[in-house]
Amino acid sequence: MTGPALVLVVTVAVLFATGFDLLMQRSLIRVVVGFMLLGHGANLVLLLAGGAAGAPPLLGGGSARTMADPLPQAMALTAIVITFGVTAFLLAMAYRSRRLLGEDEVQDDVEDRRICAEHHRDEPWDVPPEERDPLEQDEPEGDGA
Amino acid sequence: MNVLVPLPFVLPLLGAALAMASRRRKAWLRILAPLVGAGVVAAAVALLAAVARDGIIAVQIGGWAAPFGITLVVDRLSALLLVVSATVLLAIMLHAVAEGAGGLERRSEPGVFHPAYLALTAGVSLVFLAGDLFNLFVAFEVMLASSYVLMTLTPTAERVRAGMTYTVVSLTSSIMFLTALGLTYAAAGTVNLADLSARVPELPAATRTALGLLFLVVFGIKGAIAPMHLWLPDSYPVALTKVTAVFAALLTKAAVYALIRVETLVFPREHGSWVMLVLAAATMLLGTLGALTHDDIHRVFSFTLVGHIGYMLFGLALFNVAGLTGAILYLVHHIVVQATLFLVSDLMQAHTGETSLRRLGGLARLSAFIAVLFFIPAMSVSGVPPSSGFVAKLALFQAGLGSGRPMAYAVTGVAVVASLLTLMAMARIWTLGFWRPRPEDAGEPPATESYTRGGVRAMQAVTAFMVVGGLLIAVLAGPLASWSHRAAADLVDRSAYRHAVLDGRSP
Repeated sequence: MTGPALVLVVTVAVLFATGFDLLMQRSLIRVVVGFMLLGHGANLVLLLAGGAAGAPPLLGGGSARTMADPLPQAMALTAIVITFGVTAFLLAMAYRSRRLLGEDEVQDDVEDRRICAEHHRDEPWDVPPEERDPLEQDEPEGDGA
Repeated sequence: MNVLVPLPFVLPLLGAALAMASRRRKAWLRILAPLVGAGVVAAAVALLAAVARDGIIAVQIGGWAAPFGITLVVDRLSALLLVVSATVLLAIMLHAVAEGAGGLERRSEPGVFHPAYLALTAGVSLVFLAGDLFNLFVAFEVMLASSYVLMTLTPTAERVRAGMTYTVVSLTSSIMFLTALGLTYAAAGTVNLADLSARVPELPAATRTALGLLFLVVFGIKGAIAPMHLWLPDSYPVALTKVTAVFAALLTKAAVYALIRVETLVFPREHGSWVMLVLAAATMLLGTLGALTHDDIHRVFSFTLVGHIGYMLFGLALFNVAGLTGAILYLVHHIVVQATLFLVSDLMQAHTGETSLRRLGGLARLSAFIAVLFFIPAMSVSGVPPSSGFVAKLALFQAGLGSGRPMAYAVTGVAVVASLLTLMAMARIWTLGFWRPRPEDAGEPPATESYTRGGVRAMQAVTAFMVVGGLLIAVLAGPLASWSHRAAADLVDRSAYRHAVLDGRSP
């Protein structure tokens, strides 16, 4: 039993490491792929939680002792459906983001940038800044770093 | 009575399906959705009455015995929160209907709001009812999946940006939830909460601590506990105001409820938790200080929301009856008041088209009624007596001072400071938004959406209803406090919960 389980544990570790790494990237498509990898990792954890592999857990299919634990399988199945649906939504949103913003990057929070900029200008908060909308003040390529 | 238990989430799910099927007929949707909401309120009140009479009710779905099947449990805490959340959900739904009838419907995508909102209602109800970890996970997913849709209604560039952040952060915490669930199953061999509460104490201390902390992180992200709160003030203010009102009122509170349920039932700590105390203090300070620096009203409210999550965590961190009583009172008070604040800000927007304090002004002259509607919940959220916020804070402060631990004294001090900071943030909105004349250099007011008179009246009526609801909490503080006290005693004792779930009384 140790053989396959150990392989699975290592797989989970790799999936989680790469998943979290991708999640922290700026490119939206990498974020989506990272989420998918994390989802696979979590489902494998559920399967691992069921213990050793065994006979199919069907009524009348053998003694209960040799059966695999059906509960984690049911949970993993549900979780797969949920991650599948949410991934579709994420992809749609990444597409919408690209259509609307013209780039495949996670954007900075506008208000944060405004407060940061005001801090550097050394002005009290209630002095009205120039009339332009903060959204239009930043050139998209200037804030990548 | 057992038939009643699944109703709070079955009804809105059916309603969502119906609404989805008939989403082109808006007049029909405006009747259907509030009707379903009223049905949920009725079911929740009936459950509250049943719990008051019979104690904890547990239902095994499909007749599968307890640790293996799906269990739904209603105890005093969940019954109370069901009633409060269903009422607030109905009120916000009525507000949205009024807004739609008042001429704002074209802003949102045709017919998406109502089904998504009903699905969100179902998710919130299921969170309160779930008796096992996996269903809690599913409930959160139902709730959050609908919230992703609501968040990005009428997708502007800003909304899609914020929605992406929000979705990815929520999903990350969901994946961690799933992982924690798998690890718990591997360690204890069950996900049923009642069963876990018997088995987890037998695990090695290190495993217990690791699992407890993992769940704290999972619900900490969902509930915006510092330092895991950064996503909230970034994303909430960007959504449509009625949507932000629901999110602020219920999503984080559902996570706080789940944290209270899991930590008290499965990982009880007799001497409190210093980790939670530290996090609670940090959350209070960071949230309320953040509220003081921001200019957009929605951001100010979002930051105070974060700060006040800290109060509930403080009550939980004490792990005794007094602390949990305070936390429950605070939950109830804050669900109502936070929703009211956002509804008021929607009214302010309807009148001025602005949410920026820099450009707002003269609202008290423009509409004294809105000024009153803002003033009452603002005082309540700051904890000025005799409001509901004062009652809840008093309970928490007494619990903190009565616990006899120096650390709890310190956090009580922080809580007092955070209340004052909240008062300052609210006073700033009052002075700049309502009291001073509109600044002359603010430029032309942006074109407001063309609301009909009747629509605005109806929105004002709903908001006034919520304000009165907030006042009622203060008036009914006595019975509410004794109910919360008994709910907290059940949380600490745990044997009644375990008995109801595991030892029969199934249908």
